[in-house]
Amino acid sequence: MTKILIVAEHSGGKLNPSTAKCVACASKIEGAEIDIAVLAADAAAVATQAAAIAGVKRVLKVENAANAEPLAALLAPQVAALAANYTHVFGPSTTFGKDLMPRVAALLGVGQLSDVMAVESAYRFRRPVYAGNAVITVEAPQDKKLVLTVRTASFQAAPEGGSAAVEAANVSAELPTHTRFVGRSAAATGRPDLQTASRVVSGGRALGSADNFKIIYSLADKLGAGVGASRAAVDAGYAANDLQVGQTGKIIAPELYIAIGISGAIQHLTGIKDARTIVAINKDAEAPIFEVADIGLVGDLFTILPELEKALG
Amino acid sequence: MSKILVGLKRVVDYNVRVRVKPDGTGVVTEGVKMSINPFDEIALEEALRIKEKGGASEVIVASIGPADTQQQLRTGLAMGADRAILVQSDSPIEPLAAARVFLKLIEKEAPQIVLLGKQGIDDDNNQTGQMLAALWNRPQATFASKVELEGDKAKVTREVDAGLETIEVDLPAVLTTDLRLNEPRYVKLPDIMKAKKKPLETLALADLGVDAASQFKALKYEPPAARSKGIMVKDVSELVAALKQKGLV
Repeated sequence: MTKILIVAEHSGGKLNPSTAKCVACASKIEGAEIDIAVLAADAAAVATQAAAIAGVKRVLKVENAANAEPLAALLAPQVAALAANYTHVFGPSTTFGKDLMPRVAALLGVGQLSDVMAVESAYRFRRPVYAGNAVITVEAPQDKKLVLTVRTASFQAAPEGGSAAVEAANVSAELPTHTRFVGRSAAATGRPDLQTASRVVSGGRALGSADNFKIIYSLADKLGAGVGASRAAVDAGYAANDLQVGQTGKIIAPELYIAIGISGAIQHLTGIKDARTIVAINKDAEAPIFEVADIGLVGDLFTILPELEKALG
Repeated sequence: MSKILVGLKRVVDYNVRVRVKPDGTGVVTEGVKMSINPFDEIALEEALRIKEKGGASEVIVASIGPADTQQQLRTGLAMGADRAILVQSDSPIEPLAAARVFLKLIEKEAPQIVLLGKQGIDDDNNQTGQMLAALWNRPQATFASKVELEGDKAKVTREVDAGLETIEVDLPAVLTTDLRLNEPRYVKLPDIMKAKKKPLETLALADLGVDAASQFKALKYEPPAARSKGIMVKDVSELVAALKQKGLV
C-alpha cells in the first residue's frame, strides 16, 4: 500500500501553492493514501487550508515554537520521525523543499529523486537532468522509503473540495540548537508571485541597467503579470535574485511568458519550457529564444515596449 | 588554525550543448570538454577569500571521480588550494554516497567549514551538501550569497524563493554556494606551474569502507519534448493581434 506524506510549505499562515502541486503529483500514483504534515509554531490556519485540498486523507499538525521558521536542520528530524508510517515522502522542489528534503532522506539513510516531472508508477518517475537537455526515467527500489521533490511547474495544483481530518501529531525528535533564524528580506512588490503568476514579463541583459529595467515592471503592471529576469540581468544587478528564471533559479509554467531582451541560453529555456505561450522580443534575429517562442518580434525593445504598452490600452 | 574542505565535481562544461546518446543509455561525453562544476568553483573562491582574510589556515579540494578528475583538482590547486584529494571511482556515484565519502574525509581532516556547490550542473540534484550536514549532524547553510564569519559562528545570507534569508550557524558547518556569492578568479600560467608541485593524494573509493551502491536505476535518457516553432510578427500591432487571437490579452 502506497502511503505518501507531503511536507507542507507555508509562510505567514498561508499554505504555498506548491503543496497542492505535490498533492497533484502524489495523486498520479494509483491507490495512494495522501497525508500532509504541517510543521509550524501554530499550524491551525495552514492545516485548515491543507485539509481543503482534494485527495488528501489526513493533515498532521506538528506544533512547536522551534518550527516558527523553516530551518531544515530543525524540521528534518521531525519529518524523518513522521516518515516511519509512510512509503513515500514528498516535498516541493522550491528552495524550501530543496533545502529540507535531502536532509530528511539522509536521516532516513536513503537517496532522493529531485525535480520529479512525471509519474509512471509508485516507483518509476521522470526527471530532467543537464538543465533539461535530457529527461531520465528512473526506477527506485521498493524495499526503501522513497524521498522525492516535485517539480511544481509540471503539475496543475490539485483542486479544493477535500475535507481531510486534521490531527495533532506528537513527534519525538531531538532538535539541534546549532542553527538560528536571523531575518528575511523580501521585496513586497504587490505583483503576482513569479512562481504562480499566469502571466510573466521577463527582462534580460539587453535592458542595460536597473533603471531601464523599470519598463519591464511597467509592462508587467499593465498586464497584471509577475516579473522575471534572466541570470545575466540578475548578475548585472538589474533585478533581484528572487526574479531569476532558469536552471538554477525558478522553474515556471505561466500561460503567457514574454521574454524581453533575453537571448535564451539553455539554462534559461529550461525554466520556461512549460509555459503555454512564449513571446520573444529581441533585436538579434538569430537569438536562440526565437527557437522556442510561439510569437517572435525582432526589434529594439526600447521602441517596442512603449508602443506595446500603448497598444494594450 | 582551521581547515576548509571544498568539493569539486568534474562535469560537462557549462557551455557544451549536451546531447542524448541515440541508444538512450546516457548523454554524449566522449570528446566533450569537462570542467569544474561552476558552483564548486564559487565554493573554492569563497574558501580562498576566507583564508586570505585570515579565517583559515588551509584549503583542501576534494573530488570523487575517475583518474582524469586530477585535471579539475589541479585547476583548483592553481586557483590557490593548498592540497587535493581524489577519491577515485570509475563509475558515477549518487549524492548520498558522495556525502558518505565526504564524511570520511571530514573524519580525517576535521575541517571547520565544508564548502560545496549547491548543485552539479550535470544531474541537477542539489542534495549532497544537505545530506552531508545530516550525516555529520552539523548545520547546513544552503544557497549562500553572503558568508560572514564571526569566531565559531557563520552568518549566511541565503537566496530563497521569497528573496534573501539570513541564518546563523555554529561551526563546523556545511555551506553550499549560490551564483552570486562571488566571482571566481582566473588562473594564471605561473599558478598552473606551481600547482603541479602541490600534493594530490589519491584514495580508492573501495578502501574508504562506505556504502556507495546506487539506489536508483536510470532506465533511459531521452531528449526533452521540443516546442513547435512559432510565428514571427513584424510589428507591435501584429503582436497584439496574435496575442488577442490566442485570447491572451
